[in-house]
Amino acid sequence: MIQLPQLIFEISRNGKIGHGLGASKVPAEPALDSGQIRAEIADFPQVSEVEIVRHYMALARLNYSLDAGFYPLGSCTMKYNPKINEKLAAAEEFQAHPYAPHDLVQGNLELMIRLEDWLVALTGLAGFTLTPAAGAHGEFTGMLIIRKYLQEKGDPRRVVLIPDSAHGTNPASAHFAGYEIREIPSSAEGIIDVDGLRPYLNSDVAALMMTNPNTLGIFEKNILAIAAALHANGSLLYMDGANLNALLGVVRPGDLGVDVMHINLHKTFATPHGGGGPGSGPVGVAAHLLPYLPVPRVVKDGDKYGVIYDSPYTIGRIKNFYGQFLVIIRALAYLCSLGRENVRRVAEDAVLNANYIRKKLEGMLDLPYHTATLHEVVFSDKNLPVKTLDIAKRLLDYGFHPFTIYFPLIVHGAMMIEPTETESKETLDEFIAVMDKILQEAREQPELLRQAPQQTPLRRLDETLAARKPVLKWRKGENL
Amino acid sequence: MALENLLFTKEHEWVRIEGDSAVVGITDYAQHELGDVVYVELPALGKELKKGDPAANIESVKAVSDVFAPLSGAITEVNGKLGSNPELVNQEPYGEGLLFKMKIKQMDELKELLDQKKYEEYLQGIAGE
Amino acid sequence: MRYLPLTDIEREEIKKTIGIDDTKELFKSIPADKSYFDLSAIPPALSEPELIAAFKELGRKNSFQEYLSFLGAGAYAHFIPEVVSYLSAKGEFLTPYTPYQPEVSQGNLQAIFEYQTMMTMLTGLDVANASLYDGGTAAAEAVLLAVRKSGRQRVLLAESLHPEYIAIIRAYVQNLPIELVTVNLNKQDGRVDLRDLQTKLNGATAAFIFQSPNFLGLVEDSGALAIASHQQQVYAIQVVTEAMSLAYLRPAADFAVDIVVGEAQSFGLSLGFGGPYLGFMTAKEEFLRQMPGRIIGQTKDLDGKRGYVLTLSTREQHIKREKATSNICSNEAWCALRAGIYLATMGKEGLARAASSSHLNAAYFVKKVASLPHVKVVYKRNFYNEVLLEIKKGTASAFLAVLKKNKILAGVPLDWFYPDVTNRVLLAFSEVHSREDIDRLLRLMGECA
Repeated sequence: MIQLPQLIFEISRNGKIGHGLGASKVPAEPALDSGQIRAEIADFPQVSEVEIVRHYMALARLNYSLDAGFYPLGSCTMKYNPKINEKLAAAEEFQAHPYAPHDLVQGNLELMIRLEDWLVALTGLAGFTLTPAAGAHGEFTGMLIIRKYLQEKGDPRRVVLIPDSAHGTNPASAHFAGYEIREIPSSAEGIIDVDGLRPYLNSDVAALMMTNPNTLGIFEKNILAIAAALHANGSLLYMDGANLNALLGVVRPGDLGVDVMHINLHKTFATPHGGGGPGSGPVGVAAHLLPYLPVPRVVKDGDKYGVIYDSPYTIGRIKNFYGQFLVIIRALAYLCSLGRENVRRVAEDAVLNANYIRKKLEGMLDLPYHTATLHEVVFSDKNLPVKTLDIAKRLLDYGFHPFTIYFPLIVHGAMMIEPTETESKETLDEFIAVMDKILQEAREQPELLRQAPQQTPLRRLDETLAARKPVLKWRKGENL
Repeated sequence: MALENLLFTKEHEWVRIEGDSAVVGITDYAQHELGDVVYVELPALGKELKKGDPAANIESVKAVSDVFAPLSGAITEVNGKLGSNPELVNQEPYGEGLLFKMKIKQMDELKELLDQKKYEEYLQGIAGE
Repeated sequence: MRYLPLTDIEREEIKKTIGIDDTKELFKSIPADKSYFDLSAIPPALSEPELIAAFKELGRKNSFQEYLSFLGAGAYAHFIPEVVSYLSAKGEFLTPYTPYQPEVSQGNLQAIFEYQTMMTMLTGLDVANASLYDGGTAAAEAVLLAVRKSGRQRVLLAESLHPEYIAIIRAYVQNLPIELVTVNLNKQDGRVDLRDLQTKLNGATAAFIFQSPNFLGLVEDSGALAIASHQQQVYAIQVVTEAMSLAYLRPAADFAVDIVVGEAQSFGLSLGFGGPYLGFMTAKEEFLRQMPGRIIGQTKDLDGKRGYVLTLSTREQHIKREKATSNICSNEAWCALRAGIYLATMGKEGLARAASSSHLNAAYFVKKVASLPHVKVVYKRNFYNEVLLEIKKGTASAFLAVLKKNKILAGVPLDWFYPDVTNRVLLAFSEVHSREDIDRLLRLMGECA
């Protein structure tokens, strides 16, 4: 039975020391007035190093992690995080101060150019900025680029079209870039078709944001015609590259008419999720949009590497320093390890695995869209005696992290499953067997699901209470 | 709660007429669809609204719902109890969980509201879909 | 390949199960003439030993490690206890997803709850979020937050904000109906010109955003700035680029500052050539529902046990979509967890020691450098751990070049940010500098007179 740990403030005791920093050897002569200097921080932790290790080990034991098991979360691409990449990213020789003179960090600058070259080769776009810190940050950057480009042409326009299956960051990012959102419905096949798109195209439309494959795992097969229709209308095609894992080495978005796209290094490129971040969301553009990329921009000048900090048409700076450099190292190491022999295998195995799951589960669960699936499949809760949430919670009892639930919004009780290529067939078979068992329990003993999870240290936390009476920090003397 | 004295909208608001004022809340159907209410954002006192304008905002754990002004007019009172007890919207949607009171600007807008019978027919229509 | 567990036999079994003969059939929805493009431009795979060699080669092209560095200006070298790296590297912390299934994520949730608590202890404000990308974007988010909450569209920016932060704020609002107005710094004391602020404050202004310690390293009179702002119901937002200052200087809450945002890289994160870093935001309770980013809250489970969950999610993009308080989804969670481990490990006494050493080292330098005639400390009062030095003979570039020859990076030249200011450098000091390091800097500075 796992003991729940106390808070660090609760194990703190006066006089305990956790650090090994020695005393200062300069004279203790502050140059500030005493009125500018603070008193000690009341109740700040005082814990020995031994207890620090025990505390965080106890917390670690409470976490499910990708290192420990399968994470079939749709559109998250929870693929294995290679360990050699961690070692390389921690190497002392890369940990420069971001303002180190360029001649002292030629290795770091070259590293960024190398990743950019890889991304250009894989996507067919003309250039990438590595500065955005996450996918949403990349979307925002892409929208700023589109707007500036259209502004320079004389009319930034007012509207961005977004399909009803899109991830919430799409409309949010477009909104912060100054655009109004118009939602377009998916067809019965689950994709955008050109005839369905045409009524929405007018001189107000700046762009369409398309996820491809979309959040149903379906390839937007009309993309060439859609791009043509958009371009004829003076609009641009933005591709949300969150699902690039399905296409890696198989097709290049630049060949399909995409003008701007963001990618997620923490998805397709195997950098660790860290419990919610850091990510990295590089943005690639077609040639006509290169002048609008944000600064700074790392460039190759002969056999030297330099940095451009300003340019006439740049959208400006959207991030401090160069971007998520240590995440970039991991992504480059990953690609170098895969090489041309394996990049395509990534997409092939990812799509094979997803289709295997689809085939095995489509007898047990309702499949709302019968269109061909790429790397992820979405089922609904139609005709089930229990809720999607109950199935998810019961999976925890069997030692699996659940799939994504209740997204995309266009599928009722959605269960979005993306196995990725780094799962073995054995794991998939185990997962399928467990799903079969759970669905049998749903029919014969539904209470087992409704009471799930039973095997986890905590069960069905009260999110209503958390939102009604927010307690967002520890306070001395207060206890639930 | 005597529902037959109330008027309703298709957006699941109820209205009780008190002279030239209207008291507004959301219906039992609406609170049930929303789930546990965790926070209610009410309009500022004196705010002028046109019929159909977003007036208030109700949050459950996983969703947010707009409440639209059923009539045109100015807000005269808001339910101060919802700040610390948003669950009143779930527990007593027609009573203590009411949202706000407004002065009616155009009495003839009342014609456009549904009576209890029509609202119930509307609900049955939705259930059938 | 070791990251692809499927064997060829298993691939065939799967193809048989799903009813295809050729793998290519999986991709038949992709236009045939675009699919299976030529891969010859892509480099061949490197084995693990080859990969290590390739990165060693890249590392050899860096030589910054040979230099004694006094670089600061928004990123700071501090001592990181070994347990911080050891614990944060654990797969249980590094590899999970966002804690949307709280029953199996209590480790990360509790760790971030502890981080949130410590950030509010440091600034004295009521609430903290679970991270933003970095200090610059946190400043931009604070501006947007103030505009949303106040309903006003005009924001005053202190000239003495970090230039990158100003650039990011400008980029973030470029397509929004928000007016940015600069408040000048007083060249006499290097801090915000209070008179200029008072002239520019008005009833159409949402917020005044300033940095303390500011870009020139100086501690602002936050109380006076906040009082002036509040007289016009304008929010006072303080930006902090050197988080260590929070452990030495009087907390913002003492001065009625409304929101404190900034960069927490100083709390246990490697310099890492600029990222990933850690944007933080703390604010008074009244801003809670408008705050961007994830927030962890305490609650109970079915059996009444205490636990933690992501909460107040209706602010966020996955629920409110274009009406959300921000578009942020992935944040800097692991960096926040690591910062929490750092803060807990350093603890009350260690953090106070590192923070005071940082100031005392700068003070020691300022005292000793007075004896060098060819350089001058521009502002001898109100500095925390950064010192603005004027080069009286020759240019800043020439001065830095001589020191560089002696393997010292004696600060950041101001003309990187202000091209006209060719004779000033900004040096940063911290507990990583020994007395010998500073003495060596002074000696070599003396030699290049």
